[in-house]
Amino acid sequence: MSGRGRDIREAGNLYSGLTLGGSHIRQFAAREPYREEAGQRILGGCGLMGVCDQSGKRMSGELALQSMASMHDRGNGLGGGFAGYGIYPDLAEYFCFHMLFTDEVAKEDTEFYLGRNFLIVQEEPIPTKPIKGIEDEPILWRYFLEIAEERLKETQLSPEDYVVHSVMDINSYIDGAFVASSGKNMGAFKGVGFPEEIGEFFCIDEYKGWTWTGHGRFPTNTPGWWGGAHPFALLDYSIVHNGEISSYGINRRYLEMFGYKCSLQTDTEVVTYLFDLMLRRHKLPVEMACKALASPFWKDIDLMPPEQHKLFTAIRMVYGQALLNGPFAVVLGMADGMVALNDRIKLRPLVAARDGDVIYVASEESAIREICAHPQESWMPRAGEPVIATVSAQAKVANGSSRQCAPEAA
Amino acid sequence: MSTDSSAARNVPTGPARRGPTGAEPARVAAGQPGTNRGISRREGDTAVIDGKGVYYKTLNEQVREEIEQGATRVVLDNVIGQRYIGTGLTFKGVTVVINGVPGNDLAAFMNGPTLVVNDNAQDGVANTMNSGLVVVNGDAGDVLGYGMRGGSVYVRGNVGYRVGIHMKAFAERKPLIVVGGHARDFLGEYMAGGEVVILGLGEDDGRVVGSYVGTGMHAGVMYLRGEVAEHQLGKEVRTAPPTDADWARIQEIVNDYCAVMEIDPGRVLDRSFIKVYPYTSRPYGRLYVY
Repeated sequence: MSGRGRDIREAGNLYSGLTLGGSHIRQFAAREPYREEAGQRILGGCGLMGVCDQSGKRMSGELALQSMASMHDRGNGLGGGFAGYGIYPDLAEYFCFHMLFTDEVAKEDTEFYLGRNFLIVQEEPIPTKPIKGIEDEPILWRYFLEIAEERLKETQLSPEDYVVHSVMDINSYIDGAFVASSGKNMGAFKGVGFPEEIGEFFCIDEYKGWTWTGHGRFPTNTPGWWGGAHPFALLDYSIVHNGEISSYGINRRYLEMFGYKCSLQTDTEVVTYLFDLMLRRHKLPVEMACKALASPFWKDIDLMPPEQHKLFTAIRMVYGQALLNGPFAVVLGMADGMVALNDRIKLRPLVAARDGDVIYVASEESAIREICAHPQESWMPRAGEPVIATVSAQAKVANGSSRQCAPEAA
Repeated sequence: MSTDSSAARNVPTGPARRGPTGAEPARVAAGQPGTNRGISRREGDTAVIDGKGVYYKTLNEQVREEIEQGATRVVLDNVIGQRYIGTGLTFKGVTVVINGVPGNDLAAFMNGPTLVVNDNAQDGVANTMNSGLVVVNGDAGDVLGYGMRGGSVYVRGNVGYRVGIHMKAFAERKPLIVVGGHARDFLGEYMAGGEVVILGLGEDDGRVVGSYVGTGMHAGVMYLRGEVAEHQLGKEVRTAPPTDADWARIQEIVNDYCAVMEIDPGRVLDRSFIKVYPYTSRPYGRLYVY
């Protein structure tokens, strides 16, 4: 245990602005303010992939690992990660928090916080195995959580908003504690290392999911640290990203108005929160949310027929501050599928393919061929045109009930 | 733990310490560094190398070795994402056949050989290529022919964004890109020489090229088979019907492309072409003049 966190915490009441009512009865440790830029820049490009079986059949995480391994050279070993959907079928009704703790104090603080605000149904270390190249890992723990009815009544929040508040609280106010993912029947596995090392470290081949996303990081503007690895997840939404969100400042301030706090030192974070805002809270169709993030240019809107012209003008006006500037390719994982999206002028690579019900996307076509030798079709998505894969609720029920695939279910 | 401010944040700022604990992660893809060589065999002047699971460095070394040992044709099977195939290769009269999807920067700085890809190619094909021929029997990705200085690239299918960007020409060096399908935005961006021909064959949404065609272009020429609307053009280019000299050149290019691709040139030449050219050789000449 580090004495540092304890000393600071005992130094006095440093923060009392937690957003979940009734939870600021214990003082958490102080934190340095966010720094928008790291000291040095290294040029490079990340690699990403996504695979989604729209029929709801669950695939081993091995598939995502192998695809990412083929793009080893796109990253530099300073970040790798995966998100899997459908991986906890036996505990599917509970919010699952994948946590990174830098020390025991952070874990104690977080468990105190979770204990106050949730019913902890199950908690356990996230299984890992020693892998050469992966060192200095934080304490990795997962919690399956339920929210008591009276807490929802008390706070007047939906369960999802309640979780969002608690994730913001933990990330912002508990020093050394970070929520890697907080959705249902999904999880993010991430850390410092090459993606194939991280995948083996977390034994992701032992999980089965209908959607997997993967990421190999080449940090450019912000540090390579465990919490800064992709995916960035909130509720069921997870983002892997290659590029740079130049509009980070504007997006961040916009999100702050809705209660999102950006605390993970990386631009990518805003994309996850923007999707949560637009898809879950504003209930925008996913196509429209994508058009807000990667809006058509005004010159192209001017060429549209009147109805469309009106729609896209409205989207740009209402969601002007959600517009993502700068080069990006992102893959969004979500409860009912997967979306891949490029910036408006295609400044980052993205290839898509389909084989039967399975949709693949990746930074390089070879990463798709690695796991599907002969897809029925493959294409280069247009700039700003989302590739959308959808898993229906029925498909998930039909395929998610098998117990044998859930390594974590006790 | 150090005492600087980053430690207070609990965020390491440097690379993680990497040491010899635990098992080596298994090598599952050709994209991961490794030293195993591809199984090769010789059939007369042809060398066949199995690229399965072979890291790009080793594979490219093997190609070079085979050519140095007299092979005039090298066939690479099971290629999957290996980068830099044909890069810097300066042997004339040599053909390299790639079965599979080669990785980025195929034929970069290539100087003479013929490269045939029997599948799709990725980004950065013919980056700064000097001479030779690249034939892609599928689609190719973004920034094809970036800074290309000579030689030809023939693509059967479609190409991505920024094809022919910064392409240039000098004296007898005159690069040529011919695309059978369509091209996306920023075709011929900052183009400074050479020729780009887009044929728009096959299925498409009707647009042969995307937007911002020839943005910043100041030399060279593009011939597009079909229409291009004013709003698709960059500010630095104009369009015109081909002159007699242009038409003769188009026929020459199409005939050679069709001979290589084994398609009927009559089918290609049945439609009118449009010429895209820069209206000034110094589009930004006054940019910094006050």
